[in-house]
Amino acid sequence: MATTDPVVRVRDVVRTFGDVRALDGVSLQFDPGIVYALLGPNGAGKTTLIRVLTTLLRPDAGDVEVAGIDVLTDPTAVRTRIGLAGQFAAVDEYQTGRENVEMVGRLYGLSAADTRRRAADVLERIKLTEAADRQVKTYSGGMRRRLDLAASLVGQPQVMFLDEPTTGIDPRSRMDVWELIEDLVASGTTVLLTSQYLEEADRLADRIGVIHNGRIITEGTSDELKDKLGGAVLEVGIDELDRLAAMTALAAATGEEPVHDQARDRVRVPARDGAGTLVAAVRALDSAGISPTDVALHKPTLDDVFLALTGDQPPGYEPAADPAVAAEERSA
Amino acid sequence: MSAVTTALPSRVSLSKTVTDTVVITRRNLLRNVRLPQLLLFATVQPVMFLLLFNYVFGGAIGQTIPPVAGGEYINWLMPGLLIQISAFGAGQTAIGLTEDMSKGVIDRFRSLPMARSAVLTGRTFADVLRNAAVVSLMLAVGFAIGFRYQTSFPLFVAGVLLALSFAYALSWVMATIGLLVHSPEAAQSAVFLPIFPLVFASSVFLPTQTMPDWLRVFADHQPITVITNALRGLMLGEGALLPGQTVGGQVLASLAWIVGITAVFAVLAVRTYRRAVS
Repeated sequence: MATTDPVVRVRDVVRTFGDVRALDGVSLQFDPGIVYALLGPNGAGKTTLIRVLTTLLRPDAGDVEVAGIDVLTDPTAVRTRIGLAGQFAAVDEYQTGRENVEMVGRLYGLSAADTRRRAADVLERIKLTEAADRQVKTYSGGMRRRLDLAASLVGQPQVMFLDEPTTGIDPRSRMDVWELIEDLVASGTTVLLTSQYLEEADRLADRIGVIHNGRIITEGTSDELKDKLGGAVLEVGIDELDRLAAMTALAAATGEEPVHDQARDRVRVPARDGAGTLVAAVRALDSAGISPTDVALHKPTLDDVFLALTGDQPPGYEPAADPAVAAEERSA
Repeated sequence: MSAVTTALPSRVSLSKTVTDTVVITRRNLLRNVRLPQLLLFATVQPVMFLLLFNYVFGGAIGQTIPPVAGGEYINWLMPGLLIQISAFGAGQTAIGLTEDMSKGVIDRFRSLPMARSAVLTGRTFADVLRNAAVVSLMLAVGFAIGFRYQTSFPLFVAGVLLALSFAYALSWVMATIGLLVHSPEAAQSAVFLPIFPLVFASSVFLPTQTMPDWLRVFADHQPITVITNALRGLMLGEGALLPGQTVGGQVLASLAWIVGITAVFAVLAVRTYRRAVS
């Protein structure tokens, strides 16, 4: 059997809630053994797509296959092959870590003996062996998250779906979760995760789909996405009064459309010729009688991709690029 | 696990359904064992009701109740209170389900290859067992402060079982309510909306004779009165019933209500479950 059959295949999926088209014709597919990151801001449709893929939600239209099985016609068979960790740690506080994992094992349909053996393996793997027989209420946030992510591993799923696995946890726990995900993939599991954090997708994902308003607006490897911007990006600080004129001049000089990044108060424009574009831009500004307060040439980041594609603030970009800080500020 | 990619959808087998139901029931019960204060508070309230009603109203009411109660209000009150706490206890089903929904536990269950029905049956089973524990504690206090059944032990036990069956039926009503309101906070108040008027406009605390006609007609025919009367018939004897009623007749009518409520609301709850979570 060809190993290149896609492990997830989604075609033209639509799901509406009242007037809101949460998924507006999503198509994507990818091969087994990779981490696929679905990147987008709140409300982009990430969670809705995860719910469709994990049999929790029926789409209004479209085809969905996971592990080669049609999600709509045989959800039970799909469920034997997937694992899900949602946005909240769905572990029971009053059960021990081991009891939580063993419960999931039984529900996967494992025998009592297999459940015990595999649960011990899983707990070892997520370094919770010592705490395994304590009630979860004594666990730290990071331990809970690890337990939640790993509980499904007891069923040895082919595909793990992780909805915002690091939202709302501290930086150290985030590193632990990242290592766990890398370990998962190394052992052959396919992972689809959603994230608001470009840094996270950049670090973990083999492929990235950027989702916005219920559509995949671009897709590719981290490098491919950066290439779409044609290399470097020019960032220019401009006095507010001159901004409009400056943007016109920059557009003429580069042949690209400049964007104003409000959060950092910089005008950004793709610099296809690198330093050449920089020189042309500075000349154009100079002849328009505008002196920039700051000029810089940047190697593109995923932030740039997002800004260029959506015209919106990239998620998690301000006030801090650090996910944990951003999460804290959100919940504050 | 062999790969099944036939045209027919895979099904969860009956034995797996039983296992899943046991696993979920156990999980729900464990919470009461590990957090005993939950059970404690669940018991404090009914015991408080028992003591307050008995000592505050007992003296005044003692004279007006039928002679089968032996002149003791507690004998009249106890069967009624068993129904009242069964009804209140069933409210836990709504609260437990909404808590699980809001924590993402239900999503996890639904993403697993388990029997869909196990989530709801495991919840209602656990809640009726929990209710049985509360009822036992309550009966112990009742006996300690003077409650005595006036018939026989088997009839008394039959009465307790009838009360618990009613609690089980109500659990399905509460499951439906919980699935409709979604949030645990809303469930807290929503469950009492049907329970309070039904419990008070009934024969639970007092005979219905002194109620205004329009209310009495309602009170005499609604399920809580029917089942309370059946319990009194079983525990105190036929003299506890209205003229023309028999113990057997009341028990049959109660069973009809219990089966009817369970059948209707189990279907409703399962349907609402499918919709509430998708």
